[in-house]
Amino acid sequence: MKPAPFQYHAPTTIDEAVRTLAAVAGEDGRVLAGGQSLVPIMAFRLARPGHLVDINGVAALRRLAVDGDRLSIGACVRHAAFHKPVVDGPLGRLLATVVRHIAHYPIRTRGTFCGSIAHADPASEWCVVAAALDADMIARRAGGTRTIPAQDFFRGIMTTALDEDEILVEVRLPILPADTRFGFYEFNRRAGDFALAMALVTYRVEDGMISAARVAVGGVESQPRRIAQAEQVLAGRPPDRAAFEAAAAAVAAAVDPLDDATTSASYRRDLAQTVTRRALEQAAA
Amino acid sequence: MIEKREITLTINGRSHGVRIDPRRTLVDAIRDDCGQTGTHIGCEHGVCGACTVLVDGEPVRSCLMFAVQADGRQIRTVEGLANGAELHPLQQAFIENHGLQCGFCTPGFLMLATGVLEREPDISDEDLIDVLSSNLCRCTGYENIVKAVRAAAAKMSAGR
Repeated sequence: MKPAPFQYHAPTTIDEAVRTLAAVAGEDGRVLAGGQSLVPIMAFRLARPGHLVDINGVAALRRLAVDGDRLSIGACVRHAAFHKPVVDGPLGRLLATVVRHIAHYPIRTRGTFCGSIAHADPASEWCVVAAALDADMIARRAGGTRTIPAQDFFRGIMTTALDEDEILVEVRLPILPADTRFGFYEFNRRAGDFALAMALVTYRVEDGMISAARVAVGGVESQPRRIAQAEQVLAGRPPDRAAFEAAAAAVAAAVDPLDDATTSASYRRDLAQTVTRRALEQAAA
Repeated sequence: MIEKREITLTINGRSHGVRIDPRRTLVDAIRDDCGQTGTHIGCEHGVCGACTVLVDGEPVRSCLMFAVQADGRQIRTVEGLANGAELHPLQQAFIENHGLQCGFCTPGFLMLATGVLEREPDISDEDLIDVLSSNLCRCTGYENIVKAVRAAAAKMSAGR
């Protein structure tokens, strides 16, 4: 179908964008960035926003830069920007690995990192990255700016802490220490389709023992999150098969999986265990 | 009342001044307002890739972009591939390798492959298959499309 009618706004500065959004938020005004999730939803008439505030003309939002110990990703940075590592070290390689799992090439040339975070689909790869690495979300409204930590940001299926008059202008990821190992494993029925389960893990090995373990799963529950029980299992153990299996079992025990017509909760629980173990093995390889 | 917008769509180097609703998708504007019907509309929600065109050199789904967003940008469609009667190497390779049967998906595949080969002429087999998995074809089983793009890539880099 065709999207329902809407008023179109094309601001060129962040100030103008937040002022415009504030003026139309009450009439279901939405931000349009890459449009690769919003426009299909509009075509299905599942969303009928009265106004779209297109931020693609805001040059300041295209910023992608290292600020001290953080990588700052502006709201108009496209997925395709991460095809090649954007920073030296594990973070750049991690992002270049994960981006290959996001939909397909022509979607990645338009869709944006921050748009994926703000959309908060449970199966979004970038949302798992944000949860795993404890990203900071920078939300701006006409009255000011606030920083929302990842663990407070995701509130449920396609639901976030953003208010209707706020724009997610930037996401900040921590630069990972050079010896950080990472693994990402996703399962879906067709390449490029929505993930039924995925895991992102990072850890370091000090004196033969795992430290600073992060284990996050996505596509399993209504929102991605770190699984503390699995991280505790890994801490202080050698990175071997027994540790990985114990951590994967801890994930399976900890999650409260989504249940739908094609994928049952128990199947998702099994998948969560498998993807976690495979991500941990990948990190050790 | 939603106001129509005056925009200019530059398709294959030719400017089209059009007056359109903001909700008009780029593919509808290309076909219905500019009369360039080589670009096909399949699923209208970004899954099939039949409507793939190049916008400023990048392959995009033209059903997932509003025409107003393409104002002033360089759009390339399948009509712009051939040079007069001489087919583009990709078009010729699709014929020679049986890369199409019904042809519905072909304009999308051709523009996807054009965008990717212009950016990355020496693309690896693995990356090429990943890119070509973006679009759907119900006739060929993909093998011949991969073969055709490979053949065209070889011809294009020999001509460089």
